[in-house]
Amino acid sequence: MFGTFTGLQGNVFDQLNRLQRELDESFGLWPQAAELRAPGWGSWPPINIGATAERVDVYLFAPGLDAAELDINIQRNLLTVAGQRRLERGEKQRWYRTERHSGEFRRAVTLPEDVDPERVDASYRDGVLHVSVQRRASSQPRRISIS
Amino acid sequence: MTTETSRNATETARSPARRADEALRPPVDVFEDAEGITIEADMPGVSKDRLHVQVDANTLRIEGEVQIELPEAAEALYADVRSTRYSRSFTLSNELMTDQIDASLKDGVLRLHIPKHPEQRPRRIEVRAA
Repeated sequence: MFGTFTGLQGNVFDQLNRLQRELDESFGLWPQAAELRAPGWGSWPPINIGATAERVDVYLFAPGLDAAELDINIQRNLLTVAGQRRLERGEKQRWYRTERHSGEFRRAVTLPEDVDPERVDASYRDGVLHVSVQRRASSQPRRISIS
Repeated sequence: MTTETSRNATETARSPARRADEALRPPVDVFEDAEGITIEADMPGVSKDRLHVQVDANTLRIEGEVQIELPEAAEALYADVRSTRYSRSFTLSNELMTDQIDASLKDGVLRLHIPKHPEQRPRRIEVRAA
């Protein structure tokens, strides 16, 4: 089920290349132009995208949100999710670690060209926002018989 | 959700299949007040029945499995999250009452409160005028 995503991990060399690229990019050494909307390293919330012939599933790992306040938009095949998670960190307590994201966030992902922006479903469960976008029937694989 | 207290370290057998290097390290907030210590951990995708909080001697271990619905035939286009397991451990000090940990999980955020022994709560020490 989730193996699809863990499989993306590839071998240790893929991971080293990825790390090298991230480092190069952050020091301005990466020669290629970056995609405009591509997130910087470590953007919040993390996203996974899976696709089948029928639909594209986008998962945002964004715990502790009020789903009703999320701003989810799709324009053609560009999906944008924006919102905020304000963590109240009082001054009466002594804080040892504050690693969790606090504040506004926005993430935009470009989906395959054939998604249908009219048929989108979104649900929020266990802190994961799942946006499911159907693909147009015309682009689904069709078996062609020989007459 | 299970909260276990085990004083015997040898009791807990660790499954060899679970490799620590594959686990995600959930980000946490930790704060202390007069009553005790509170830990909040982001563990999106973990439901109550797949969360495991355990105290083993003086180590607190938080573990959880991510469960998301994905069609069998799905092909991954992009993945920031490349593991299905969270794991993180903390060392606990003696003044904490590890048998009275209160755990709650809501929308993927785990909140643990560990009270301090009443006699070890901070006391303000008055300085007498000489």
